[in-house]
Formats: sequence, structure tokens, C-alpha cells
Amino acid sequence: METAFTPFASLGGGLLIGLGAVLLMLGLGRIFGATGILSGAVFVESRDEMTWRLSLILGMILAPGLIFAVTGAMPALTVPVSPAMIIVGGVIVGLGASLGSGCTSGHGVCGLSRLSLRSLVAVPTFMATATITVFLIRHVFGA
Amino acid sequence: MKHLFSLLTGLVFGTGIAISGMMDPAKVLNFFDIVGTWDPSLMFVMGGALIVTFVGYRLVWRRSKPLFEQRFQVPTSTLIDTKLIGGSALFGIGWGIAGFCPGAAIPALGTGRWEVALFLIAVTAGFYVRRLLPAAPEKAAT
Repeated sequence: METAFTPFASLGGGLLIGLGAVLLMLGLGRIFGATGILSGAVFVESRDEMTWRLSLILGMILAPGLIFAVTGAMPALTVPVSPAMIIVGGVIVGLGASLGSGCTSGHGVCGLSRLSLRSLVAVPTFMATATITVFLIRHVFGA
Repeated sequence: MKHLFSLLTGLVFGTGIAISGMMDPAKVLNFFDIVGTWDPSLMFVMGGALIVTFVGYRLVWRRSKPLFEQRFQVPTSTLIDTKLIGGSALFGIGWGIAGFCPGAAIPALGTGRWEVALFLIAVTAGFYVRRLLPAAPEKAAT
């Protein structure tokens, strides 16, 4: 399925993602890593470590509603894969991101801009395996 | 104040995710499908985010401490091990199968789509699997 090339919306959205990450550093002194934020909210170590993450998650979840209130339409979301692939992919994402200590936000946005050596290794690794996976699924197995 | 600040910060980040196209698995998977229906839009997402964080972080770090905490808590490890590489490789495989990543799926939950909830439950199960694995010696805190 084709999707439209959206350089301006994507750049604008990217600038806001960066602003969110900078605000979290300014306010709480933390990197904006979705894996750490989610796992820290689920596997509670202390009340203080959980509550700011829950506030952050709540703010994130409110975003599509804000878009809807302003534009009258929800953001585009088309799922071209089966529920089984969502489950299998999700478990692998959770396992991999926790083993590798980060995902697109933590290693990608926050780590690369800090010039973290670990992120400079992690990001090309997961970009490569994601590209190979999509190639295999779409062009070799023909799903 | 701290919690209101966190909530608004999450709203800014989530709005960026929504506008950028990151919460649309069709778009994300097309970004990786370089020999098929390639959509390079997401390069602009990462580019825009990195411009702001690269400059913004350095401005913020001129302060002695954050607004609501006593110190900055930034990872300092430089350890390149099989956990980092293997974990990142797995993460990419899962991302390529499902088309969602955690930072995009959390805001996407606000669209009310059941597929997003299913993905996040599966991710949490993946976190749990990680915690069941035999505890390898933690060489560095991350």
C-alpha cells in the first residue's frame, strides 16, 4: 500500500518530538525514552518513579484528542498487518528494547543527539534489522 | 507542578508523533520498504527531532539542575556488549513485523484503536519475558 510523502508534516512533527524531549530534560533531567517510561510505569520501583511517568503517558495519550479537537479528524493510522503479527512483533519489541536499553525515542532521538556511543551502535543496528525484516516479509515471503 | 509539566511535555511529544506520521504503521513500514512502496517521510521526523534535541539539550545543560529535580540523570555507560547489539537487533525485527514502536504506540492509544492496545500489551509481555531471563551480571547501569 502506497503512503503519501509528507516532508513538511513529518519535519514539523519531528520538531515537536524534539521539543518534548528537551522539555523533559529541562523539567525533570531525564531522557525521553518510551521504553524506560513505559516499563518504569508498569514495573513500579517507587511511587515517585512511577507518577511522573504516568503523567507523561497521560499527556501523550491525550495528543490524538487534541488533534481531533483542532482539525476535526484523528491522525491517520492504518494497520497493514495481522493481529498475530502485532502480538509477535510487540513481544519482540518489548524484549529487544529492554535488553538493548532503548528504542527509537531513547536511542534514536535522545541518544544520537547526546552522541552516546551505545546509541550510535544501537540505532544503525535496529534500522538495519527492521529494513531486512520488512524486505523478507514483503518481498521474499510475499505477505 | 512537576506532574502538570510532565503531562504537558507528554502532550507536546505525542502531538509531534501524531503530526509526523510515526503513529501510522503503514507509513512506518513503507519507510523500511526501500525496494517497494518506499516513503522517506520519516527521515524528516528524525531530522527535525535531532536538530531540536542537539541544540536544546546543550542549552538546558548550561543550568546546574533541572526545574523540578536536583540533578540531571543522563545515561553514562559506553559499554558495547551483546545485550545492546542483540537487543537492538531484536527491537528492529519486532518493529519491522508490527510497524509500531513504543514511543509511537503510547500516543496512538489515544485514537482508541484496539490494535494499539494489543501491541502495547504485547510489548509489556516482552518486558516481562526480559525480567524472567536468567539475570546476567549487570556490567553497567543504563
